[in-house]
Amino acid sequence: MTMSVSMTVNGKTVSGNVEARTLLVQFLREHLGLTGTHVGCDTSQCGACVVHVDGISVKSCTLLAVQAEGAKVTTIEGLAKSAEELHPMQEAFRENHGLQCGFCTPGMVMSAIDLVKRHNYQLDEETVRHGLEGNLCRCTGYHNIVKSIIAGAAAMKAAGV
Amino acid sequence: MGNVARIGERVRRTEDRRFLTGAGRYVDDLQLARCTYAYFLRSPHAHARIRSIDTSKAAAAPGVVAVFTGKDVADAKVGGLICGWVVKDKHGEPHKAPGHPAIALDTVRYVGDTVAMVIADTAAQARDAAEQIEVDYEVLPAVIDPAAAVAASAVQVHADVPGNLSYDWELGDKAAVDAAFARAAHITKLDLVNNRLVPNAMEPRAAAAEYDRGTGTYTLYTTSQNPHVTRLVLSAFVLGIPEHKLRVVAPDVGGGFGSKIFIYADETLVLWAAGKTGRAIKWTAERSESFMTDAHGRDHVTHAELALDKDGKFLALKVDTIANMGAYLSTFATAVPTYLYGTLLAGQYTTPAIHCNVRAVFTHTAPVDAYRGAGRPEATYLLETIVSKAAREMNIDPAELRKRNFIAAGAFPYQTPVALTYDSGNYTPILDQAMKLADYAGASERKAAAKAKGKLRGIGISSYIEACGLAPSAVVGSLGAGVGQWESAQLRFNPTGNLQILTGSHSHGQSHETTFAQIVSDKLGIPLDQIEVVHGDTAQVPFGMGSYGSRSLAVGGSAIMKAADKIIAKGKKIAAHLMEAAEADIVFENGAFKVTGTDKNVPLGQAVFSAYVPHNYPLDKLEPGMDENAFYDPSNFTYPSGTQICEVEVDPDTGGVEIVNFVAVDDFGNVVNPMIVEGQVHGGIAQGVGQALLEYTVYDKESGQLLSGSYMDYTMPRADNLPSFNLGYQVTPCPHNPLGVKGCGEAGAIAAPAAVMNAVRDALAQVGAQDRIEMPATPQRVWQAIHAH
Repeated sequence: MTMSVSMTVNGKTVSGNVEARTLLVQFLREHLGLTGTHVGCDTSQCGACVVHVDGISVKSCTLLAVQAEGAKVTTIEGLAKSAEELHPMQEAFRENHGLQCGFCTPGMVMSAIDLVKRHNYQLDEETVRHGLEGNLCRCTGYHNIVKSIIAGAAAMKAAGV
Repeated sequence: MGNVARIGERVRRTEDRRFLTGAGRYVDDLQLARCTYAYFLRSPHAHARIRSIDTSKAAAAPGVVAVFTGKDVADAKVGGLICGWVVKDKHGEPHKAPGHPAIALDTVRYVGDTVAMVIADTAAQARDAAEQIEVDYEVLPAVIDPAAAVAASAVQVHADVPGNLSYDWELGDKAAVDAAFARAAHITKLDLVNNRLVPNAMEPRAAAAEYDRGTGTYTLYTTSQNPHVTRLVLSAFVLGIPEHKLRVVAPDVGGGFGSKIFIYADETLVLWAAGKTGRAIKWTAERSESFMTDAHGRDHVTHAELALDKDGKFLALKVDTIANMGAYLSTFATAVPTYLYGTLLAGQYTTPAIHCNVRAVFTHTAPVDAYRGAGRPEATYLLETIVSKAAREMNIDPAELRKRNFIAAGAFPYQTPVALTYDSGNYTPILDQAMKLADYAGASERKAAAKAKGKLRGIGISSYIEACGLAPSAVVGSLGAGVGQWESAQLRFNPTGNLQILTGSHSHGQSHETTFAQIVSDKLGIPLDQIEVVHGDTAQVPFGMGSYGSRSLAVGGSAIMKAADKIIAKGKKIAAHLMEAAEADIVFENGAFKVTGTDKNVPLGQAVFSAYVPHNYPLDKLEPGMDENAFYDPSNFTYPSGTQICEVEVDPDTGGVEIVNFVAVDDFGNVVNPMIVEGQVHGGIAQGVGQALLEYTVYDKESGQLLSGSYMDYTMPRADNLPSFNLGYQVTPCPHNPLGVKGCGEAGAIAAPAAVMNAVRDALAQVGAQDRIEMPATPQRVWQAIHAH
């Protein structure tokens, strides 16, 4: 059975016909070609698929596409203002070598931004480490991800985003 | 134009922007025209005979393009998967390598073994159809435990491999070892399990293939660490597609850690079926498939004994290991517990006599092969555990015992009794620096303070040696390797002066696009943004052996430096002509050719332009163009070394282990980009800590079911399991490669398990529980060790 779905993704209205079982992440990747959102597991634990739905971080493999009907979705592709100007959190990851293979990175960045906002830009190492429970990285040992997020929080506050 | 980068600078990564903006291109991101999707039906049993398979309902299901079974693949004369390294046993006989069909024919030998392939218009249709395949299995008893597999009564995994033994191998002088043990003042004995690990690169394995009937060319996009090797194996041994008609592309690859070196059934079948059906086919593993079918790591059971004199000098070491190969030999499985393990057992020490015996056995489990460190973590965990145990037994400080036995700085090159010749090193200053960073002197005070509040503190040392950049080709060939171990590079200038570096190494997180550009920027004086690094495509890069064994910079980087030397040599000839000077008077400095003692110069860019627009050019003596190839075959391994010190606090009430400090001091030779090197060390340590405290691959010993087959059952290290790491460096340059580099990719994972476990054992020694704990030291196991009476 196919169903129609429409939502706003990265500021643009999109719609499509999907099987009812289609996950939000499949809709983003396969229907919209937004392949920056990744799938790293089948038990909703790796966090590679984290996007923002109505401003809150969500694992897009835990949501059916039709459940996001009418929602405002932001993916990693929608974060940077322009090709030249990265979001402060993206810039912080680059500056602090917070990524290696890049596969977990989109989910990490999306989770990080939500974490910063939930803690009102005030983050210490312990809070960040605890807050990343839902995101797996196999490359970095998290050391530089933690550094990136603490630096990114300050940069977001300074930039007012 | 941007800046010239220098070796030693913390240059920010070139590749980051695309990964940070979602513009990376991994295999599953590729959109092929008229693409179909593959699903593999996998065995639910560890050992069973397939009485029959009925695929008729699946073949008629909606969207299904084709269904293939083992018979179809055999009828099409698809070759079996191969093991590319033939180890000879102690009697000179080659290892036993049973047939490994891409789809099981009549017997399945592990949970996850491939039973059928379904291809359909959508991934969901392929999966739905696979559910309608009816397989009649006769379930047979399974053998899971490697020690049980060698028992006389053990179930046989392969009818043509008696005793489940692939090989019984030895290295070293047994008579010398026995003689040394006879005169030892102290003998330390150790039984040790090195736990099986699942590599868990965050990107699951994937393959996409298409066949162009116009040109007869196949293209395979795959998650590979070595696309040229994949092409060679699939062409020469498995599918028979001529090498020049097969293009293999490994685009962005999301981590490998060894698991993406190997040639698996999945990409083999996707490629074959693309030709058979004439349709593009894509397959991406689900994580549960990764757990079941990625080649696992480690899985050793070992008994070892260390003989010491009364002053704690090591006299001899003997090691007896059973290594689990799983159900079949994976691509390089045989080399891991032999030439990458037995040869490392001297460590940093002068132990004069060493004997190592390894029995490689088959069991009804997933194949085991190289995983970050590959053999060297197993050697280091064994050696550093027995050294610390000996120190405890002889009441000598473990740092002091190590220092008494270190190979002296002046002793290099140093011939070990286990075949390797160490080229360089200086171990005592590394240990001293690590002890300082860890405040080793204050450890006993901290231990007492912890005890006062009911906690058990411990500190552990691990001093490792690593052999990186497997080499030279003639030697590895004599030891059974089926391939060479050189690397290639091409430096291709364009007429406008920018440059492409084509490398046979592959980056899947290691940052080649930055590091390789950085060494060329430094060498040729070209701004970093004028350099592009191309890798991972057999249609672009001349050839390559790929990335594994921390070889990329030491071998691949050396090939790049050789090619750069050729560029400079040719540029000198052009510059001499342009300046009407003698070639012998030309020097190359800061990106320009100069006539010694004058202010005349020709920038490299001008020489390049002249080479492509040769209007004023010595065409009678010199070819036009500026495009140089180089192949580099190292004269020896490189030998990174270092010491890690870990301090833990154990809560005896819960069994929880907290890492309170972690120090790593490494000698990687010269360091091109410290930021990137630190990142490699961090990640390696995290995997080593994971092995020590968290990660455990559990098969049910009776049924052979994989009990830890998801992230709900297999404990991956998470951010809140780990501390931040405290790093330091010492530098003794590698004397035999042009960059003086040694390799840094695996060191963290090699040393960390012993550092953590020596700390845990030091903590548990306060309650006499130090010999009752194995990896992973989970809270449950630690609690049981403390409370076992």
